[in-house]
Formats: sequence, structure tokens, C-alpha cells
Amino acid sequence: MSTQTFEYVRGGGGPQADGAWSGSSAPKDADDPLHGELMQLNMGPQHPATHGVLRLELELDGESMRKVAPEVGYLHRGKEKTCESLGWAKFFPHTDRLDYVQPLLNNCAYALALEKLAGLSVPERGQVIRVLLMELSRIAAHLIYLGTTAIDLGAVSIFFSTFKERENIYTILDAYTGHRMNNTYVRIGGVFADVDEGVESLVRAFLARLPAEIDGWEKMLTGNRIWYDRNRNVGILTREQALAWSLTGPNLRGTGVAHDLRKAEPYSGYEQYDFEVAVGTVGDCYDRYLVRVEEMRQSARIASQALDRLARSRGAEFLAEDRRYVLPPKDKVHTSMEELIFQFKIVTDLRLPAGEAYHAVESSKGELGFYVVSDGTSAPVRCHIRAPGLMNVQAIPLLAEGRLLSDMVALIGSLDFVMGEVDR
Amino acid sequence: MAGTSQPSATIARVDVALQGIEHAWQAARDEMPTLALRVELLERALAALKGAGFESATLVTAVDRLPRAPRFELVHQLHSLEHNQRVRVRCALAEGEAVPTCTHLWPGAAFMERECFDLFGIVFAGHAGLKRLLMPEGYEHHPLRKDFPHHGIEPDRLYREWDRKRRADWHPEEAR
Repeated sequence: MSTQTFEYVRGGGGPQADGAWSGSSAPKDADDPLHGELMQLNMGPQHPATHGVLRLELELDGESMRKVAPEVGYLHRGKEKTCESLGWAKFFPHTDRLDYVQPLLNNCAYALALEKLAGLSVPERGQVIRVLLMELSRIAAHLIYLGTTAIDLGAVSIFFSTFKERENIYTILDAYTGHRMNNTYVRIGGVFADVDEGVESLVRAFLARLPAEIDGWEKMLTGNRIWYDRNRNVGILTREQALAWSLTGPNLRGTGVAHDLRKAEPYSGYEQYDFEVAVGTVGDCYDRYLVRVEEMRQSARIASQALDRLARSRGAEFLAEDRRYVLPPKDKVHTSMEELIFQFKIVTDLRLPAGEAYHAVESSKGELGFYVVSDGTSAPVRCHIRAPGLMNVQAIPLLAEGRLLSDMVALIGSLDFVMGEVDR
Repeated sequence: MAGTSQPSATIARVDVALQGIEHAWQAARDEMPTLALRVELLERALAALKGAGFESATLVTAVDRLPRAPRFELVHQLHSLEHNQRVRVRCALAEGEAVPTCTHLWPGAAFMERECFDLFGIVFAGHAGLKRLLMPEGYEHHPLRKDFPHHGIEPDRLYREWDRKRRADWHPEEAR
């Protein structure tokens, strides 16, 4: 039985002994009018596969990328400066607009940093509601990753079913928070409002359905030849590279490092939940995909445990009571003069103790941290946002240089960033 | 906090690593071990910390303390995943004073240093490709400085210059 060999149209090249691809045996390179000419190409800022306004300056030799330089800043809105001008309390809606596919995670990260600075603890029920909302946000963010990356690599039907499920999450968040997106639901000391049982049954129905849906998507992708070939061994990161390049989250875990801030530095009571940390082995795009899919399953597990806790603590306090920092409940604001004054003072003139604090949460993109510095007045000295997405963008040249242009689309998808957070 | 290692363990380990380098510990509200260093010692100290197992740079940023002098505080925050420890390194820095880059230790700090240069005007000596990150090329100010107004200084200047040039190129008869 003879083995079939592929003859490439342009000169019978193909995979060479050293692993490189070549199609240059005949015609000779010298005959090629384009030989040796490098092409400068701008990918973005309006390219659909760059997932936002990212511009990549590429230097191409044929189809292989010699040099890649990511240019960011097209969505820079000066969020950190805005925080200094607005004050601590009024910055909450702006945190929604950082990584706008997971606003509640950003809210929580910011609130946790401020609570650390104030030395404030959140009541149990407030923490559980936060955990539930953070995990639902993580699932929603990973669904965006899965849908958009799949559509970029040609698997169009996945996109519709992931966005259908994401829409279901947004329906839940709408019932919880009053908004589908940009929720601004978290407050210093807890959350804005409690939830009723009707919403809990909505979440339960969603969580009961989700694992089967994930199995369905895995059936369409994990063993899919095209998906496998375009992701496996593309963009391989080693453990050392990931650490030196400040990568965190699923990108780091894809290399086999089981580091998850929910386990390593638990916040909001994560140490009480039972879940596993998914890790990869190779560190390529395919591993990062598997890690994120498993994280969705684990997030669903955490969310259902959070629902059980909510059922046990029904009617308990969900907002800390400290009138220096925490907004009074709305019904009291409408009936009591003192509470109205507190509301006014906290919104316009919130003073946190002098000092600095850093708090990081495990967001869907990695370590999302807020470094806040106060001098005791109502004007923040500094609010630095440690955006995991910026580090993910920075790693693009590391993984892309020397590879084919078509791998770029898989890489951008699998590194996973949102430009609102990258540019701030 | 449960799960994280005790600040005292980090302090003991860093003290050993920084032997011979003058440093002082400061109290921080979040209880993260915080080092204060003179800027001349920063390069040696960071290399020693990298050697002591802080394999990842979490953030490099600055705080403008105007009108205090020296006005800037440079903040490096390092993370050791192996020991589950974090440390913050702080240097006081005058305007125009250059600081050594740490990109040879942590290549991931490159964008953070560029951002710091862009928004505060702090120059990192030895950084390959120190240019603006978020603001456009040709922009003249450093927006996160305290003496920069929130509404900006000539926010549309670059656009108007570009527009004028474009009109002159395309419609020379109108430009005159």
C-alpha cells in the first residue's frame, strides 16, 4: 500500500525536516517578484477578529509574521483619572465599563479593595450574593470567549448557542440587578438589594441546564478536526514564560500552574466552596480552551452551592452597617432625615482612612486588582487598575512571531482580552 | 487572611534576600509587606527579590504626591506563586529622575513601565522601546499627574493638526 504524499502547487515544498514550512523549491525564490519583500500590514483597529479596537502592526514575509507590535489606547477614557476626580463612591459605574462582559466581577474587585482600605467586613449573605453573581459573570464572559473564538475560526453555529445561554444569564442578572449589562449592583459593604425566591428558581433552572449545553458545545469542538488543528500546538506558553510575562488566570493555568486566587488568596468566603482548579498540560490555545470550558462547569458548581447558602440565610443582613462608608437602605433614606444626610454624605464625600490597599480577584481574564491610595480626604490619591487583559495583549508578539498570519486569529481569541479593560 | 502566608514569613525571607541593601519596612492598611528603598538601590534590590523567588511582577505604577517633595512614589508589586507571597517595593522619586528598568528581570513589566512613562512622565533607563502606551504619539502631557486638569489640555489638538494637513493634501485650493 503506497502512502500518499501531498504535492504543493508552489514547488512541492511542505513541512521540512526542521519543522518549518516551505513552498520554495521551484520556482526559485529569486524568480519570485515578491521575494524578500516584507509587507507592513495593519490588523485593526476595526478588524472583527481583534475583539475591539486593538491594532496590530504586522511585518509579513509572505504569510508568516516576522514582527508583531500591538498598539493599544484607542479606547482609553482615563478611568483612573476619572476616579480621582469623582471620588470613591461615584466610580462604581465606571468599573462596569472596564471589562464590560463581566461588570459584576469588576464591581466586586473594586468594592473589595475599598473595604480592605476601610477595614470593613461584609455580612455573610452579602458575600454569598456576590459569589453567585461573580460566578454567573464568569460563565457569561467565558461564553463570549467561546462563541467569538469559534466564529473567528469558522465554527459559526457555536456562536448562536453560546449567545443564547449568555442571554439567559443576562435575563437572570436583569431580574437580580435591574440591568442586563453595566449592573453597578455591588456597594461598599455588600450589595444594593436582596433577591427574591423567584429569581433563585430562575438561576437553578439555568444551572440545571448548563452542563448539558456545555457537553453539546464540547461535542461540536473538542474532537472537531478543524478546531483541534487550528488550536493544538498554536501559541505554546511555558510555565516560566507565563510567569515572567505576568500572565494570570486561564492563560497561566493552561501551562499547568494550578494557581487560582479563589484558592490561593480566598476572598468573599471562597474557601467554603467546593470546586476544582482546571489546568492544562501543553499551554497552547487548545489547553486554554479546555481550561475555560472546565471553569464554566466549576463556576456552575460554585453558583449552585451559593444558592443553597442563600436559601439557608434568607432574610439575613446583606449590607454592612457602618454609616461612615456604607449607604443606608433606600426605604430608610425615604423616611428618615438622618439616613438621607448619610446617603448624601457618602455619595458626595466618602472619606476612606489614609493608606493604601491592593485587592485582586480571579476574573475571567486573570488577576484583576485594584490598588487604591487614600490620604483621608474625599479625593482619591490613586486608583490603579491592574488589568489582566493588558498583560494578555502584551503576550501576543511572544506567541505570534514566526507563525502564520492565520494563527493570529486563534491566538487573539485564546488569550482573551476586552479592550475596555486593556485601555481603561 | 486565610490561605495567604503570614506577612512575617515574607518579611523574614525578603530580609535574608536583601542583606547588604539598606531597606525599611512600612505599615500598609492591607498588611502587604511594603519595602521602602532609595532609588539608587532599586536595581540591586529587584534583582535580589527575583532571585528570592518573586517570579512575577504584578504591577509597576506610580503615585503623584504633589505638592509633597519628592513628588512621585514608584510602586513595584511582586508575586511569588511558589510561596504564595506578595511584596510591595516603594521608592520616592523626584521629577525628571530616571529609574532603572526591570524588564530584564520581568519582561511582562514592559507595558506597565510604558504606561507609567506615558501617564506620569517617569523615564525608565534601559527600557527597550519606551514610548507612550495609551495616549497618542506626539501628545505632550502626562495625564495622571496631579497638575493635569481632568478636562484635559487641548484634547483635540492632534486631531486638528491631522485634519488641517489632510485638507491641505486633498484640497490644496481650499487651504491657501
